[in-house]
Amino acid sequence: MMNNILVFPMLLPILAGIILIFFRTHRRIQIVVSLGTMIAVAVISIYILNTIQTDGILRLDFGGWAPPFGILFVADSFSMILVVTTSIVTFICLLYAVIAAGKQMNTLYFHPAVLFLNAGVIGSFMTGDMFNLFVCFEVMLLSSYVLLTLGGSKRQLREAIKYVTINIVSSWFFLVALAYLYGSVGTLNMAHIAMRVAENGQGPLLTTVSIVFLIVFSLKAGLLLYFWLPGSYSTPPAVTSALFGALLTKVGIYALFRVFSLIFPHHPELTLSLIGVMAAITLIGGSFGAVASNDIRKIAAYNVVIAVGFILVGLAISTPLAIEGSIYYLIHDMVVKALLFLVIGAIISLTGTTKIEEMSGLMKNYPLLGWSFFIAMLSLAGVPPFSGFIGKVLVSEGAIQNGNLVLLALALLSSLFVLYSLLRIFRNCFWGETIISKDEQLPLHKGILVPCLILVLLTAGIGLGGEGLAVYVTDAANTLLNPEIYIDAVFSQQQ
Amino acid sequence: MKINDVILKTVAKAVVLVILTFGLYLFFSGHHTPGGGFIGGLVLASGFVLLFLSYDVETVSEGIPISFKKMSALGVLISMTSALVPVFFGQPFLSQSFGYFDLPIFGKTELATVTIFEAGIALTVVGVVVNIILSISEGTK
Amino acid sequence: METLIIILVGVLTAVAIYLVLSRNLIRVILGTAIFSHAVHLLILTMGGLKNGTVPLLGEDATIFVDALPQALILTAIVISFAVTAFVLVLAYRAYQELGTDDLEEMRGADDE
Repeated sequence: MMNNILVFPMLLPILAGIILIFFRTHRRIQIVVSLGTMIAVAVISIYILNTIQTDGILRLDFGGWAPPFGILFVADSFSMILVVTTSIVTFICLLYAVIAAGKQMNTLYFHPAVLFLNAGVIGSFMTGDMFNLFVCFEVMLLSSYVLLTLGGSKRQLREAIKYVTINIVSSWFFLVALAYLYGSVGTLNMAHIAMRVAENGQGPLLTTVSIVFLIVFSLKAGLLLYFWLPGSYSTPPAVTSALFGALLTKVGIYALFRVFSLIFPHHPELTLSLIGVMAAITLIGGSFGAVASNDIRKIAAYNVVIAVGFILVGLAISTPLAIEGSIYYLIHDMVVKALLFLVIGAIISLTGTTKIEEMSGLMKNYPLLGWSFFIAMLSLAGVPPFSGFIGKVLVSEGAIQNGNLVLLALALLSSLFVLYSLLRIFRNCFWGETIISKDEQLPLHKGILVPCLILVLLTAGIGLGGEGLAVYVTDAANTLLNPEIYIDAVFSQQQ
Repeated sequence: MKINDVILKTVAKAVVLVILTFGLYLFFSGHHTPGGGFIGGLVLASGFVLLFLSYDVETVSEGIPISFKKMSALGVLISMTSALVPVFFGQPFLSQSFGYFDLPIFGKTELATVTIFEAGIALTVVGVVVNIILSISEGTK
Repeated sequence: METLIIILVGVLTAVAIYLVLSRNLIRVILGTAIFSHAVHLLILTMGGLKNGTVPLLGEDATIFVDALPQALILTAIVISFAVTAFVLVLAYRAYQELGTDDLEEMRGADDE
């Protein structure tokens, strides 16, 4: 059974994480094992992604229990694209942690926590079972609680309490939704639920259940219910913020895409319009937040919110082009948000402040860092050679085709706000009079730039080589829009 | 204030053994009757917690020099490895098998690989529960 | 029977919401614990409260209860147990560091 390979992207991080608990104080072992694991996961998931293109959707029934009775992992292009991006971005973030952070960071339970976080994220992407999705969410959230409190400064503890409480409440909603879903369709296998919902029709009860799911995943993704996000994403160390910004909200977005394309696609006039309205408000709120804030970490966190809104505009429109655009934008956003948070982390550690008024003329001191930030800014705003462009164009095209001009206008306006908010950082912090003299300036650890530059190359590479990804993205969008492909793959016998 | 805890200590000595035995019984009976790794593990852990409550943490840690953090990690490791083994025999991940063996004393006995998986879970539960109690009790003095 | 349990779930949820909305951190944590009890009951009820025997091999019966909700609840209990334990430790650490268990005082300023 070659399909056993599907379990490794989730299993390897767990095993490595456990082994690292035993070698808590060995810095070198921690670094080598965690970096090695992420490379292995990336290689395996790229292999799976390519296998899907030839063999179709793969699945693995745990313990040999055929669906719908057991739990299973299903790998389609959409989930595998996200797994590949997750592993690469995590690898780069870990590299940054290894180079930049002190010995303390690398010997506390940082590496195991990151690996468990990855296991949760990857498990959520690959699972084909609603309850298993909940379990993977919880694995991810528990690790994120640990990462958020690691270090234990006052501010972190304070924000952690809010973050943990809001997530407990949203997990509660998740369980409530699962209970109602199980009560009404009697199964938890995603494909089986989708089949039963399609057969029996999506009545008012099921639509209500779908709205509860919408609330749950919106809380996780930061769609409309994003009030917890800027606080908790701006408190932890740079690496942790980068991982959170790049990965955590994306899991919520993934779940929204999966649930509303596979299970509840039958009343788009209600569910998708609701998502559209929520995305619109998210875009507006995130834009205001990003422009109003003076704290560079907060600005970056609000940019996460704007991106969430933008990606879900694609789901709300739900034409093939828009969905493809959203997938491109998801990949792009994972890479660039990591870059943005890492660069901002470097700025903060160099200047010792987070306020834009207190920095000036850093370009003279750290030119390479400045240009990295500049590219991150262009890419986020969607300027052509970089990765944000493809996603924005495709989503906009979809919106025009669909005649959804309000969403189109808001999506494009939000890009302007993104550009403006980041330009403020760039103008205030990097241009202007140099206030740190050459003698006083803290030396920039040369290594810090390596992960940033890799991410810069990645965003440029995705932008220029978008054609290479087109096969996978088209297949992913195709599967999302035609749920029967997914259902057939899960219930096919020959595996 | 020092409380007189002679009764607690004396009773604990006897009761802990009973609790631990009962925990093991629950663990092994979990295959066809109510019980299993999680429940057995919880009962085992409650035995340890009773020890920690009736004596102080230092004394017990001296008597039982086990790192409960590592114990829980070891538990997960055992469970995961036992889940991984079928992969090398061409079976799906997490497959279990069982067979009947003639053992010297027990006679014909059913042995199942799921017991190894459950043992891992039991270890994890004991480790995690005791660990939580210890980390809350730390620094209260 | 189902109706009765559903009402109980409602009462528990109301109690939990009241506790979670209070200012005292320990009350919030107790609230989250009661939240999870409420939802576990809900899952059990949703699976149907039948009068069958335990779903185990070796029971001589023709009617068994649905085993899945019980498995789900066991998993959910484990998770809520882990989360509650973590929150308790977190609250204790926060109380040590911040010197308060009042959420209103924990609001804090942005520039710390």
